[in-house]
Amino acid sequence: MILLEFEEPIAKLQEQLDKAIEIAEQADVDMSATIEELEHRIREKRREIYANLTPWQRVQVSRHPERPYTLRYMQALTEGDFAELHGDRNVKDDKAMVGGFGTINGETFMLIGQQKGENTKMRTYRNFGMANPEGYRKALRLMKLAEKFNKPIVTLIDTPGAYPGMEAEERGQGEAIARNIYEMLNLKVPVIVVIIGEGASGGALGIGVGDRVLMMENTWYSVISPESCSSILWRSWDFKQQAATALKLTATDMLELKLIDEIIKEPLGGAHTNPREAYDAVKAAILKHHAELKALDPVKRMDIRMDKYIAMGVYNED
Amino acid sequence: MTPDKQGGWFSRTEKGIVTETKDKKEVKDGLWYKCPKCREIITTEDHEKNLNVCPICGHHERIATKKYFELMFDNNQFTELAANIYSADPLNFTDTQPYKERIVKTMKKTGLKDAMTVAVGEVNGYGLVVAAMNFEFIGGSMGAVVGEKIARAADYSLEHRIPLMIMSKSGGARMMEAAISLMQLAKTSAKLNRLSEAKIPYISFCLDPTTGGTTASYAMLGDVNLAEPGALIGFAGPRVIRDTVGHDLPEGFQRSEFVLEHGFLDMIIERKDIKEKLGQLLKMFAS
Ligand SMILES: [Zn+2]
Repeated sequence: MILLEFEEPIAKLQEQLDKAIEIAEQADVDMSATIEELEHRIREKRREIYANLTPWQRVQVSRHPERPYTLRYMQALTEGDFAELHGDRNVKDDKAMVGGFGTINGETFMLIGQQKGENTKMRTYRNFGMANPEGYRKALRLMKLAEKFNKPIVTLIDTPGAYPGMEAEERGQGEAIARNIYEMLNLKVPVIVVIIGEGASGGALGIGVGDRVLMMENTWYSVISPESCSSILWRSWDFKQQAATALKLTATDMLELKLIDEIIKEPLGGAHTNPREAYDAVKAAILKHHAELKALDPVKRMDIRMDKYIAMGVYNED
Repeated sequence: MTPDKQGGWFSRTEKGIVTETKDKKEVKDGLWYKCPKCREIITTEDHEKNLNVCPICGHHERIATKKYFELMFDNNQFTELAANIYSADPLNFTDTQPYKERIVKTMKKTGLKDAMTVAVGEVNGYGLVVAAMNFEFIGGSMGAVVGEKIARAADYSLEHRIPLMIMSKSGGARMMEAAISLMQLAKTSAKLNRLSEAKIPYISFCLDPTTGGTTASYAMLGDVNLAEPGALIGFAGPRVIRDTVGHDLPEGFQRSEFVLEHGFLDMIIERKDIKEKLGQLLKMFAS
């Protein structure tokens, strides 16, 4: 497992643990007490570190290279009963945006999300999880398909942003995101949004308008990345820690600000340390919220969704 | 691409250069305007008479909301709506200076409450609610005040069944309101949904610049999308795109004419024709 810089104290214990295991195997010595003790200390150390994560450290966990990405969730949530669908029917199939029908507990859902690549080659293939307009239009096409056949929608968000390229502008990146935000507000089926990694700005919100918006514990969601915020407001790349704090981008902050509905707990040390546990937590949350949303009249559900967003914003008035 | 290259809700565009008279001895009692596009130098008086449009090359200089109201509303008569809303600094945000201070300073400097002014009046006899952005207020950035003012404008439109026009002039979201600012995209879109349900026309007018969050929401959602000539209209700012693609961008990229060619605008309207063209559209919707 790759350890992040602030997990350094764990690295030393991990080294000792690896050595103890090696000795036990090679010399056939009973090291079980030592191993148990080291495992316990690693757990305690991790608990200590993760109880005090700074916002910037959360951002780092959300970008951990071993963190499970969208398609892993889609496979796990549906236990493999997932049919991926492709294309926006206009320009192409955007590999940074994936989606398809899948069953969760016997019920069909439409699952949509940004996809990052798991290795160097795939990262390029997936454009680092940055969708072009056709990705957003593919997502909207799938949402409309779900609506037509009365299937609930789950979107999984993990993107450093919408792609800022020349062709993206030519094909209307702004319009594509605007259209999705607008249309998602009046979908007649339940929409559940889960931030599973990075939730960067319009690129995230372009598939992020829903009846319920849930954030996993070690994710971030804001209008800009801490790095870009630092470069624009501080005119230097060196203030990303301060920017991460100032932006109030953690799940806890977002819940306090009433901009999201719930936090999904992750296994100790982040989703990548025990993906199965992370998938199960996400699945349980989806099923719980879906049961509540399903009970509502479709028009009423839409109205509640719109009113929720209309109420967002704090201002003064004389 | 790294996440470092992301963002770009703010962008800077070239501005006309206003020079003090003392530098140009030929003309007394006035200022000179040098067109940033064709470099022609004319008096600011002539420039203003021409609605701040260069008489040689047609470059539309950025003008304040007040001037749009003047050239648009019949007899310059209008009523301002939701005039007393201002920013609350909900995140207690501080970068190189506290956001609270930045707000107070900007209010003092501009005489405005925030980056949006809403008014209702008549254009060639047709009622119109206009929500116009103020670029001089922190880059026309969209925070909770801009969102709420659009919401109030839409409510007024709904209640009185008067068409709504939003004039965008914005670098994007207001970073100091972070995710609250981002959610204004959804908030304003919800209001536009309600207008649409009630079959009340919504006109989007893109001015220079219309980028970031505004483009990713109301600026691109008009029943008709209009723009002034040469306005910068795009999602990502030119600098962010240039950094991404690694070379300079072609002349005219992301300008109104380019955006119309790619199918995202209905028409480009010169400043002098705004009132007449709007009046015509409003007549078409009404009759
Ligand atoms: Zn000129």
